[in-house]
Amino acid sequence: MTERIKVAIIGSGPAGLTAAIYTARANLEPVVIEGEISSTSDQPGGQLMLTTEIENFPGFINGIEGPELMGNFKAQAERFGAKIHSAKVSKVDFSERPFKLWTSDELEEEEPTYLAESVIISTGARSLMLGIDRELELIGHGVSTCATCDGFFFRGKEIAVVGGGDSAMEEAIFLTKFASRVFLIVRRGELRASKIMAERALKNEKITVIWNSVVTKLNGEKALSSIEITNTIDSSVSQLEVSGLFVAIGHVPNTDVFGKQIELDENGYINTSKGTYTSVEGIFACGDVQDHTYRQAITAAGSGCMAAIDVERWLENHQ
Amino acid sequence: MKTLTDSSFNEDLINNDLILVDFWAEWCGPCKLVAPILEEIERDKGGALTVGKLDIDENLDVARRFEVMSIPTMILFKKGEPVARIVGAKSKNAILRELESHF
Repeated sequence: MTERIKVAIIGSGPAGLTAAIYTARANLEPVVIEGEISSTSDQPGGQLMLTTEIENFPGFINGIEGPELMGNFKAQAERFGAKIHSAKVSKVDFSERPFKLWTSDELEEEEPTYLAESVIISTGARSLMLGIDRELELIGHGVSTCATCDGFFFRGKEIAVVGGGDSAMEEAIFLTKFASRVFLIVRRGELRASKIMAERALKNEKITVIWNSVVTKLNGEKALSSIEITNTIDSSVSQLEVSGLFVAIGHVPNTDVFGKQIELDENGYINTSKGTYTSVEGIFACGDVQDHTYRQAITAAGSGCMAAIDVERWLENHQ
Repeated sequence: MKTLTDSSFNEDLINNDLILVDFWAEWCGPCKLVAPILEEIERDKGGALTVGKLDIDENLDVARRFEVMSIPTMILFKKGEPVARIVGAKSKNAILRELESHF
């Protein structure tokens, strides 16, 4: 059954749910298509669902757990009447208004699930994997996409974290609670993490940094037993015995489903202008899906608010 | 959902022809998302399937025995033998797809 709605919000991280709070309070009766549950950052609530404590979200003096914060965002949106739909958007047609959206839980492909007068895209970004042989096969057998889920299994073991940014520092520091030693494998000769996170990681006695290196091979029959590391400067190869590998090398925007229907930049992020306007009139974008610079919960929430205000004004002029 | 433990596990396998074991822990966010889905699946199957949850914090022996290194992990046992393994939280449809052929 196709439902006609004023605003469809795709994605339910800080950006999408802030847009939902604002559009719901403006009586636009938004529907949030929140995504499907998973153990990766591509899930309802977004990347914060896999983090532990968030120390820099304003208003929480002593910090707050990521999942708790997102639960609050959702409850606040629902309080004002936002409807939450647990599914992924599987197909869109943005060629004419109202826009057509199909969701993953509808088996009948013919009719769209929603006809929406306007759309806010807030699908965020997901963690990149290394893209090397056996990586997917070894998930759950040493390779992990969720440090908070799997750190426990590496109590007293030696493990590796790949990446030089803030997420890699956070994971490495978190994992020292369990592991006897954490090797931090960094592609360059310096960290791109923020100063405070980099200092914390470098000061941690359990963390050993392996500079100018990339992981090139995963070894182990049923479970990971060692990794091959290649030096990016002299191409020398070495083996590192670890039973766990956590990957935090960066993000890719979740824009696959939009195909060529909306203008993206060379890295797949949605191009926005005049605030949150996209190349398609009536479609707006906010959060990490259009921001590869700041990528914070607070900036995502801020741009979600902007998208809601942009949608409200745009709808007023296009009724 | 039935609560399983290290000491009850062998008997649970004997007493249930088809049992889906959910390896979980209190501190695991994705585990909390998947639990209500498993409850729903058990209800939908109306007696054809038992779902049991095993807290790995307190029952590490069984987790080790089946080499669980990531949670949530769900293992389907048919007449005591593991026949399907799902690693990571997934949607209801995705879980059903993995289990369907074993009913």
